[in-house]
Parts: sequence; structure tokens; C-alpha cells
Amino acid sequence: MSAIIIFTSVSIAQVILMIAMAISSVRMFYGPRAQDRIIGLDALYVNAMLLLVTFGIGTGRTVYFEAALVIGLLGFVSSVSLAKFLMRGEVIE
Amino acid sequence: MIYSAADVPVWAAAAIAFFLLFGALLALIGAIGFLRLPTFYERIHAPTLSTSWGTGGIMTASILFFSIAGGRLVAHEILIGIFITVTTPVTFMLLARAALHRDRVENHPDVPTRAELVVSTIQDRASDEKGA
Repeated sequence: MSAIIIFTSVSIAQVILMIAMAISSVRMFYGPRAQDRIIGLDALYVNAMLLLVTFGIGTGRTVYFEAALVIGLLGFVSSVSLAKFLMRGEVIE
Repeated sequence: MIYSAADVPVWAAAAIAFFLLFGALLALIGAIGFLRLPTFYERIHAPTLSTSWGTGGIMTASILFFSIAGGRLVAHEILIGIFITVTTPVTFMLLARAALHRDRVENHPDVPTRAELVVSTIQDRASDEKGA
């Protein structure tokens, strides 16, 4: 019974998060300006990280946690460097 | 080590399902708002739904699942939660400053220039002093 509940809710959550990722990538491709595209990339990696954690719950393995942590760390660095690039035209001054 | 979902009692499975769907639905609402809001300065608010309680709900579900299935406290998902909570405001502040800078350089009509801001601040102070 509990396995059915967890399997169903994990599947629904994965579909919902995939829809959220698709919507974010629509904004990333059609966003009118560069800052919209960067926010789209930011939303895309956060939703991908959440999707990896739900994969971890669904399979019962803890390896997905490390992948989610790495995505979170590198995504933050990439968003900050892209924002710096928009501000000044160069990343490292 | 592989944790099995069959080891979890039904009440805990219901709680895990609730937190999972709560987090995922908040992420979806944030994404829809991000697609539909008209200007950049409004759009920047929407993805924070998925970084605040979207992340919080799914991390709570993960902590509950691994703690109850493993029979001991497994709380390393708090790391991701704290990290996302700390880094999202930094990223979005930087992006909003960059977008403001770009809009000001192009004299965008919706964004006041620095000189207009100074003038309106002086006028506000003058009217405050008159009122007082």
C-alpha cells in the first residue's frame, strides 16, 4: 500500500516538474532579452535539481543526492557569472 | 544501499506524498507565473516559489523517506535546502541590478534614470518637511 502511494506521488511529481522545466526552457529560448534567458536557465536548473531528488526518492538510492548538490553548486556559479557578464561585459575584472 | 518504499508505514507514505506534490505544484505555479507575467521585474519574482517552498517541500519529503525507511535520521538534504535559500537572493539581486543597469543605459521608458530618482527623492523630502 505505502509503496503504491509513494510510487504514484513520485510519478506525478516527476511529470509536474518536467512540465515546469519545459515552461522554463520556453522562456529561455523565446525570452525577449538576455536577463530573461538567464532567469530561465536558473529556473531550469533548480527544477532539474528537484527532479533528481524525486528520482532519489523513487528508486530509494542516495546517489542522486550528490548529483543534485553538484547541480545546485555549479548552477549558482554559472548564474552569478552570467549576471556579472551582463553588468560589466566581462566576468573577471 | 537501496531503501525500499515497502518499509515505510502508510501514514508516513501519505506525508511523503503530500510534501512531494506540494513542492512540485509550487514549482509548476512558479514556472507558469514566470511564463505569463508581462515585464522582467515582475517575472523575477515567480521562480522564487520553486526555490523556497518548492525546494522545502521536496527536501522534507526526501528527509522523511530516507529517515523512516532507514530507521535513522538522514538529513543531508538540509544542505541543498540551506544552499538554495542562501544563493537565490544573491543571484536574483545581481541579475536585477544588471537588468536595471542595462535598461538605464538604453533609456527604457519604464525605468527612471538616476537623475530622475534624485529629483523625486528631493521632492519627497521637501513635501515631508512641509507636512511635518
